[in-house]
Amino acid sequence: MAQQDWSTVGKPVRKKDAMALLLGKPAYLDDLTPKDCLVVKVLRSPHAHALIEEIDTENAEQIPGVAAIFTYRDVPQKRFTMAGQTYPEPSPYDRLILDRRVRFVGDAVAIVAGENEAAVDRALKRIRVRYQVLEPVLDFHTAKDNLILVHPEESWRSLCPVGADNRRNLCASETCQDGDVDRILAGCDQVVEGVYHTKACQQAMMETFRTYTEIDPYGRLHVVSSTQIVFHVRRILANALDIPKSKVHVEKFRIGGGFGAKQTVVAEVYPALVTWKTGRPAKMIYTRQECQTAGTPRHEMEVRVRLGASNDGTIRALDVYTLSNTGAYGEHGPTTVGLSGHKSIPLYTHSLEAFRFAYDVVYTNHQSAGAYRGYGATQGIFAVETAVNELADRLGMDPVALREKNMVREGQVMPAYYNERADACALDRCMTRCKELFHWEEKFPVRDMGNGKVRAAGVAMAMQGSGISGVDVGSATIKLSDEGFFNLSIGAADMGTGCDTILAQMAAECMECSLDDVAVFGADSDASPYDSGSYASSTTYVTGKAVEKACEELKDRLCQVGAELLNCPREEVEYARKAVRRLDGSAQVSLADIATKSMCGNGTAVQATCSHTSPISPPPFMVGMAEVEVDRETGSVQVLDYTAVVDCGTPINPNLARVQTEGGIVQGIGMALFEDVTYTPEGRILEDSLMQYKLPTRLDMGHLQVEFESSYEQTGPFGAKSIGEIVINTPAPALAQAIFRATGTWHRNLPITPEKVLLGRDE
Amino acid sequence: MEIHLNLNGKPLDAEVRADTLLLDFLRAHGCLSVKRGCETANCGLCTVLLDGTPVLSCSLLAARVDGRCVQTLEGLQEEAGGFVTFIADQGAEQCGFCNPGFVMNTIALLREYPDPTDDQIRAYLAGNLCRCSGYEGQLRGIRAYLNHKKAEEAQ
Amino acid sequence: MLTIDQYVRAESLEQAYELCQKRNHVVLGGMLWLKMQDRKVGTAIDLCGLGLDRITETERAFELGAMVPLRALETHEGLNAMTRGAFARSVEHIVGVQFRNCATVGGSVFGRFGFSDVLTLLLALDARVVLQGAGELSLEEFCARPPFRDILVRVIVPKGAEGTVYLSQRNSATDFPVLTCAIARREGAFRFAIGARPGRARVYLDEKGLLSGRITRDSALAMGEDLSRRVPMGDNLRAGAEYRTKICQALVRRGLLKLEEAR
Repeated sequence: MAQQDWSTVGKPVRKKDAMALLLGKPAYLDDLTPKDCLVVKVLRSPHAHALIEEIDTENAEQIPGVAAIFTYRDVPQKRFTMAGQTYPEPSPYDRLILDRRVRFVGDAVAIVAGENEAAVDRALKRIRVRYQVLEPVLDFHTAKDNLILVHPEESWRSLCPVGADNRRNLCASETCQDGDVDRILAGCDQVVEGVYHTKACQQAMMETFRTYTEIDPYGRLHVVSSTQIVFHVRRILANALDIPKSKVHVEKFRIGGGFGAKQTVVAEVYPALVTWKTGRPAKMIYTRQECQTAGTPRHEMEVRVRLGASNDGTIRALDVYTLSNTGAYGEHGPTTVGLSGHKSIPLYTHSLEAFRFAYDVVYTNHQSAGAYRGYGATQGIFAVETAVNELADRLGMDPVALREKNMVREGQVMPAYYNERADACALDRCMTRCKELFHWEEKFPVRDMGNGKVRAAGVAMAMQGSGISGVDVGSATIKLSDEGFFNLSIGAADMGTGCDTILAQMAAECMECSLDDVAVFGADSDASPYDSGSYASSTTYVTGKAVEKACEELKDRLCQVGAELLNCPREEVEYARKAVRRLDGSAQVSLADIATKSMCGNGTAVQATCSHTSPISPPPFMVGMAEVEVDRETGSVQVLDYTAVVDCGTPINPNLARVQTEGGIVQGIGMALFEDVTYTPEGRILEDSLMQYKLPTRLDMGHLQVEFESSYEQTGPFGAKSIGEIVINTPAPALAQAIFRATGTWHRNLPITPEKVLLGRDE
Repeated sequence: MEIHLNLNGKPLDAEVRADTLLLDFLRAHGCLSVKRGCETANCGLCTVLLDGTPVLSCSLLAARVDGRCVQTLEGLQEEAGGFVTFIADQGAEQCGFCNPGFVMNTIALLREYPDPTDDQIRAYLAGNLCRCSGYEGQLRGIRAYLNHKKAEEAQ
Repeated sequence: MLTIDQYVRAESLEQAYELCQKRNHVVLGGMLWLKMQDRKVGTAIDLCGLGLDRITETERAFELGAMVPLRALETHEGLNAMTRGAFARSVEHIVGVQFRNCATVGGSVFGRFGFSDVLTLLLALDARVVLQGAGELSLEEFCARPPFRDILVRVIVPKGAEGTVYLSQRNSATDFPVLTCAIARREGAFRFAIGARPGRARVYLDEKGLLSGRITRDSALAMGEDLSRRVPMGDNLRAGAEYRTKICQALVRRGLLKLEEAR
C-alpha cells in the first residue's frame, strides 16, 4: 500500500488521552487507587557494604498505627532478578526482597507498613540496626577479581551463558570479532585511541516508582503498578514471593514516564510482600530521593576505542572494549553492554575490514543499574562517534565528509550487527538533509563572537534496534463490538509515548474505520494478550505488526459472519470499509449488523488474537548536529541549535515521532552537559534530588529542529521501524565535538561542566 | 486547626494539622490534578494559583492559605481548554504527569503577558520540568494558540 | 521529614519576637528550605498577616518588607529603574516563577545562605536591616554576627547608587550559582560583593585605588585580578576553588565594563 493512500497511518492525530492528561483528569496510580490502604516505606542502608548483625523492630512495632515490619528473616530465600526480561532472563538471580547483606547505600534493610505516613516515618526512626560494616567495592576498575565479593552467596545463579561469575564480581563477559583487528590496525595510517566515560544517569521520569497491591476476591494478589512490563512483573513478583504465577494479576494505568526505568521491578516487591503477608491493601510511592539513590539508572560505562583508518579517511578497523558497572545487582547488566558495541560499530560497516568487541560487566557496591533509553548504545555511540570526530580532526577532514565516506548504506550486511542486512536505511539521506537544514557549511567553522564567546558545531550519527530479535513477543486482540466499533487489547504499555494511539491508528487503517471507532485497552496481565512489554524500541515494530495480523484475521472472521448474513459462500464476499459485501457488488452487510448478529445466535467469534515476533531487529538511523556558544572566560556552554534528521521507517504518527525525538535530544543534552553522579568516599550519591541532579530546563536546550527521512521497512507494520530510544544517542558526541572545536580539548568524560571546559580538564 | 478558604470558587472549611502541606491538602480534597514530582521545590508539578499567583503547593502550609483563594486545574478547566488543544495538536502532552503544573503556570503566564515572546514563555515556564517532550512541542503549541488568537481578533 | 506541632499567625511583631525566642520555634519565610529539613518544629510563626509583603519607597530608600516575594524584586519598576535591572538579574535564575513567588526577602536574608543571589546584591548596595529586637544595623554587620533569635522586619535599600550591576555564573540556567558578583558605584567609589564562593557573600572595596574612579579595560582587569586573589574560595558539588577564582576575575571585569557602558 502506498503511503499517500493511508487515511490514518502517517497522520499527526492527537493522542487519545491527550485532553484528559492536559486537563489534569485523574489517570495515574495514586489518583485511582484507594487512599485508605497501608502506607509502605523502606528503611535503607547507610552503608555501601555491610552485614546486618542485629535488627530490633520491637520499639517501632509499638508505635500506634504501625501494622507490620519485615526484615530479612521474613522473606523467601529464593533468589530472583528484578529485570523485566523474557524468561530465562540473562540477568542473574542475585536478589532477595530483603537480604542480610546490604550492598549499596540505599539498599533495603526493612519494610514498614502503617495506617498513615506519620506512623511509618516514626517507626523507620525507631528500628535499631547493628551493622558489621564491610569494605565496599567502589571503583569499578578494580571490581573484577577483587578479593571483596559483592555476591559471595552460594544461592546466586545465572540462568544464561553470559560469562557471569559471582566469585569474580562478574555479571557478564564476552568477546566477539570479525576479521583480524590487530593485523588491520597495525597496517593503518592512523589509529585513534580513547577511553570514554559515561555516568549512571537517571531516567528521572516525573512520576516516581509506585505500586498498589491488594488481595482480590479470588484470593489473588492484585497489583497496580506504574510499569512498562505487566507480564514480567507477574513472573518477578511470583518468584520474589515464591508463590504460583497464577496467584498474581498485574495491571497498569497511565504511566508518568518510564524511559526504561519501569522496565525493572523497583517498588513492586515491597507492597506486594506486605499485602501477601497481611492480607491488607498497601501502597508504596517512591520519593524522588529514593528514585535517585535506589532506582535503576543507566549503566556507568568506560568504553575503550581503537579506530584504524587510512590517510584518505577510510575507516578500516574498530576495536571496542567496554567496562560496565552494574552496581550491586545485575539487572540488565549482561544485555545493556552488548549494545555499546553492536549498535556503534555497524554504523561504519561500509569499508570496515575487521572489528572486535569485548566487554566485562562488574558488580560494585553502587546503586544497581538498569534499563535507560538507549540501553548501552548511548554509551557506545558517545565513544565511537567521538573517536570518529577525533579522526576527522586529526586528518583535517570535515567530519560530515568522513562519515559520508564510511557510513553503512542500504543493502549492506553488518557483521557487527549479527550479520543483519540494512534493508531499510536512509542514513545517507539523513546526513544530506541534516547538513542542509543545519547550515553545516556555515556553522562548522569556529566563529569568534567577541567578549570571549565562540561558536562551533559538532555532528554524530546513531542507530538502535526495533525490538529484540527472536525474543520479543507482541500481541493484539481485536474484537468487533456493538454498532460496529472495535476493541483493541494490547499488553504493550503506553508510558506517554502514545503507543495506544499509534496501535489504534494501525487498527483503524487496517479496518478502514476512523480512529474513534477503535477503543484501546491495556495493559493487564489477566486480560491483555501476552506482550513482552514496552521496551527495546519494540512496540511500534513488533506489537504493531501483531495488530496488522490480528486485523487481517478478524476481517476473515467478519467475512464468515457476513457471508452467512448474505446467504452466500465465504469466497464470494470481501471486507470493505466497515462492511462485508458481495464481490459482485450486489449486496452488503454493515459492521453494525454483523456486530448485532455476533451477539445473537452466533457461533463464530468476531475477535482475533495474533502474536508477532521478528527474527531481525531493523535499526532506525539518525543524524544530529549541534551548535554551541562557549564562553571561554567562564566555561559556560550554551546549546544554540540542535538539528536532527531521523530514519525511523514510516513515522506512524509524525507528531508523536517528532516529540519523541525532541524529548530524547534534550535528555541527551542533559547527559552530556548537566547530569552528574558523584559519590562520597563511603559510596553515597550526592546528586540525590532534582536540586542537585540537574535536568535540563527549557532555558538549557536551545532551539530544536527535527525532520524525517524515511526508509520503508518491509517487515514492519506500514514500513515502520522504531523511534523511542535512538533519539538520545547523538547529543553527547555532537556536543563534545562542538566543545572541542571551541576550546581545543576533547572531553571524553561526561558530563562536560563549565569547570571542566574552562580548566581544560577531562576527568 | 481549622482553616477557611475558597477552593476553586467554593468556600471550604477544613480541619488541618499544623504541618499539612497545601499539596497534600488539595489532593485529599479531590484536586488530584495537583502532583508531586520532587521534595525540593524544583519540578513545578504542584503549581496552583494562590489569589491568582502561581505558587508551589509543596512548599506552602495549608494553614497559610487560611482566608485566601486557591485555584487548581479542576477549577480552571475552561480557561485551560482554550489553549491546551493546541498542545494536544503537537503531541506535546506525552506522559502528562507534568501537564497540570505546566498548564497552571501557562495560565498565569498568559494572564500576565497576553502576547509573550518565545523568550518570555521559556523564562516564565522555566520552573516547570518536563522529561518527555523536550519542551519544544509545548512552545509550538503555545505559539500556535497565540497565533490563532491573534487571527481571531483580527477578524 | 519536617513536623510542626503548632502554627501561629503572628498578630504583632512583638508577639512574633516573643514566640521566636524558644529553641524549637521557627519563623516561616517561603518555607522552601525549611521544608526539606528533617526537623521537629514546636511552633511555626507566620508573619504573613503583618503586612510585610510590601515594597515602599521613601525619599532616600526602598524598603522591602520581610515577606516580599523574590518575584516582586524582579518586577518592581522602581527597584529595577534604580539598579538598571540588577534586581531582576539577581533573582530571575532562581528555579522558576512559582518558586520566586514563594521565596521571601526575609527568608533569603535572615538565612544568610552562601548561595544567595539576593544577599550578594543587597550587600553591594550597602543595605540595612531592621530587626524587631536588635533594631537597625547594616546588612554587612548582620551577616558578620553569629546566628541569633530575632525577627527580620524589613530591608532598607538606600538610593543614590550611580550604577549597579549583577552577574552570576551557573552550571545550568536555574541552578544555584557557582559564583555571584554584584557591584555598586556610589559617589565614585565601588563596592563589590562576591557570593556563592560557596560561602556567604562578602564585601570588598577598591582599597588600592586600582580603578581610581575610572573604569578602563586595563583597570577592570586589574580589579578582577585583585579580587580573584583576595576572595577566599572553596569547593562544593558544583565547582572547585580554582574554577571560582578564575571566573571571579572574569565576572568582576565584565561587571565593571558593563557599569561603564551603562553610564
